[in-house]
Amino acid sequence: MSANNTPSNYMPSGEAFKRNLAGRNRRGGIWGTFYYLSLVVAIIALIALFLSIINQAFGYVVEADTISPTELVEGGDLSTLDSPALAAILLENVPGRLIVYTRDTLSRVSEDVFTRTPLREAVAGSTLPAGTEDLDITDITAEQRAEILGANLGADVLVDYVTEDVVEANVERAWSLFESIPAAVTQLFGQPNPLLVEAIEEYPDGDFYFRSWLTLDFITSRGSDEPTVAGIRIALLGTIWVIIITLGFAFPVGVGAAIYLQEYATDTPLNRLIETNIRNLAGVPSIIYGLLGLAIFARALSDITGGRTILSAGLTLGLLILPVIIINSQEALRAVPSSIREASYGVGATKWQTIWNQVLPAAMPGILTGTILASSRALGETAPLIVVGASTTIFRNPLSIIDKFTVLPIQIFDWTSRPQAEFRAVAAAAIIVLIVLLLLLNTTAIILRQRFRKSLQG
Amino acid sequence: MQSQVEAGREGGVISSAVAARRAQVSIFKKGRPAEDVIRGYMLACGILSIFTTIGIVIILGNESLLFFTSGELDFIEFFTSIQWQPRIGEFGILPLVTATLMTTVIAMLVAIPLGLGSAIYLAEYAPLRIRNAFKPILEILAGIPTVVYGYFALTVMTPLLRALLGDNTVQIYNTASAGLVMGLMILPTISSMSEDALSAVPRALREASYGLGATKFETVTKVVLPAALSGVLAAFIIGISRAVGETMIVAMAAGAGPNFTFNPFEGAETMTGHIARISKGDLSYDSIDYNSLFAIGLTLFVMTLALNLLSQWVSRRFREVYQ
Repeated sequence: MSANNTPSNYMPSGEAFKRNLAGRNRRGGIWGTFYYLSLVVAIIALIALFLSIINQAFGYVVEADTISPTELVEGGDLSTLDSPALAAILLENVPGRLIVYTRDTLSRVSEDVFTRTPLREAVAGSTLPAGTEDLDITDITAEQRAEILGANLGADVLVDYVTEDVVEANVERAWSLFESIPAAVTQLFGQPNPLLVEAIEEYPDGDFYFRSWLTLDFITSRGSDEPTVAGIRIALLGTIWVIIITLGFAFPVGVGAAIYLQEYATDTPLNRLIETNIRNLAGVPSIIYGLLGLAIFARALSDITGGRTILSAGLTLGLLILPVIIINSQEALRAVPSSIREASYGVGATKWQTIWNQVLPAAMPGILTGTILASSRALGETAPLIVVGASTTIFRNPLSIIDKFTVLPIQIFDWTSRPQAEFRAVAAAAIIVLIVLLLLLNTTAIILRQRFRKSLQG
Repeated sequence: MQSQVEAGREGGVISSAVAARRAQVSIFKKGRPAEDVIRGYMLACGILSIFTTIGIVIILGNESLLFFTSGELDFIEFFTSIQWQPRIGEFGILPLVTATLMTTVIAMLVAIPLGLGSAIYLAEYAPLRIRNAFKPILEILAGIPTVVYGYFALTVMTPLLRALLGDNTVQIYNTASAGLVMGLMILPTISSMSEDALSAVPRALREASYGLGATKFETVTKVVLPAALSGVLAAFIIGISRAVGETMIVAMAAGAGPNFTFNPFEGAETMTGHIARISKGDLSYDSIDYNSLFAIGLTLFVMTLALNLLSQWVSRRFREVYQ
């Protein structure tokens, strides 16, 4: 037996080793802290993101009217007036805008030919003043235009116009939530609110109050050039329409392709090509899909899709989420145990009967979850829709799938790029709506998954 | 079919087997047109994906060809000129490419160390409870629409940079802000892909390393990370590919106007940002502007496709297989 086997040499020891070990542990500790901190940074980023949005969406504002409602009506309550009276106010104060109002609300023809089409067609279905049926909107007098508006529009629509263009309540200044809270706290302790003091100094006529930019009115009113009355109704409707088209196209096609690849396909070159191709399509930047949609749906097929419309946008997003749906559905189908298929064949079912009655129901929770996650991606997509040609200024509801469109993310993008600071607040409110929608979708996906999983087990 | 089987049963064991086989044969001979139609439909769905790719290639290629044959520029000028000014007929893609590279590099400087760091923490250090709590948070971060990140870049990151470095140094629109926020956007992707790769490394390797006296840090960096290298590299490349193709953040925060510069605090327009800005206006078909978008799109497509293929190759080539 050599001395090498004695315990003192068996384990490393000595001053040098201990010093070395301490250094190694220190280095490990430093890096361990770095790993931990990188996670912390990610969390802080997420918190900062949410806080910055909430910060912009609420806060004190000073609002001042160009014309006070009390000058227009006794008591200042516009909703007591009827349609003709409101139309008269519009005629008196903004006669030049009457054509635009008619076009935005009553037009039945496209925007570019509206001023050249006889009223009988242009505003078909509306009550017209005698003798104006064959004239176009530019030929009749401002009084007649006001008469058309007064006779055909509800008071609520006209009140919106009067509030927006005549009363014109402008937010003169908006403070963020983090500026407002300390001021409110000061007020709570009986001190004068410093922001109020500032507001009175600068805007003596102004109306100072704490404003939530996210209100029910915000969700139900149409877009506008005035931040105070701008809403997201039309963008929200556009989003719903587009998502319906997207899923209507991508779901059947995606699930079909997944079934083919998972249940039917053998290892042929064509099938391998389809597989690789789908993986690569999933990595193509979304703006390229926008170019594809622009060239194919908006241009080449414009006879069917009507050009830059909801249909074009929906189909473009459909192509975009197709690979995601296929990959997720394939995974769900793969998870169905083969014993289920064997049992079905064993009792004499055909291939399709097996798929339809056994495999698909078992895979459905996975397929649905994947589809919901894919549609939440479509919900947030902006770039391809800009390229396909979303409009940013639409003031009436989309009427059909071949109508111009705007969607929530486009509206957010448009508001954020405007110079007025108040639109940042409006954009923040719209972002909150978008994120709530996304969270709702994702929660639905999770609940669906769990419920189906339970029912499969039971 | 029923009667054949019954007929077989009447005539003893052997004839019954023959009849059964005949019955089986007849099942398969019987055509099932409906099933064939369904199968054909599903094959068509799969093939549609190939047509999408062909569509992308043909359309980008065709419009780019129109662009290059328009006589306004030559092919070499497109890749060498440092000016992109459609108004005066200057079409050099370099300023757009350098802006894309700058935002991508800045984004990766944020996303790679933080993404890999948080992945290592979650996979190797974090107790299960923390890991289960934080993974969904990263998923939320990954699911936020990019337009929201763009808003964040413009309203938080840019003012922050300007406050730190001075209004004179940092312009209102700059690639640094867009790149930093893009890094935060890509971080969860890199983190979750790397975490999957690290978690897939068998426990035995770690234990062997500890058995040799390595510290935790040494085990992670010298054993686990090299073993998961293929997955981690693939995650990095996917991250780069996403940064190159990202549109909204750069469209909102990086600036509107091609600018050949390497100063991250100046505004510059990336390829994607340019496509978005030009197509936002009233773009008329068959104009040189319209065609130029597709030439930029083709460059972008080739770049991201190359990156995606590289990522797939890396993850195959460097994959370590453990029993």
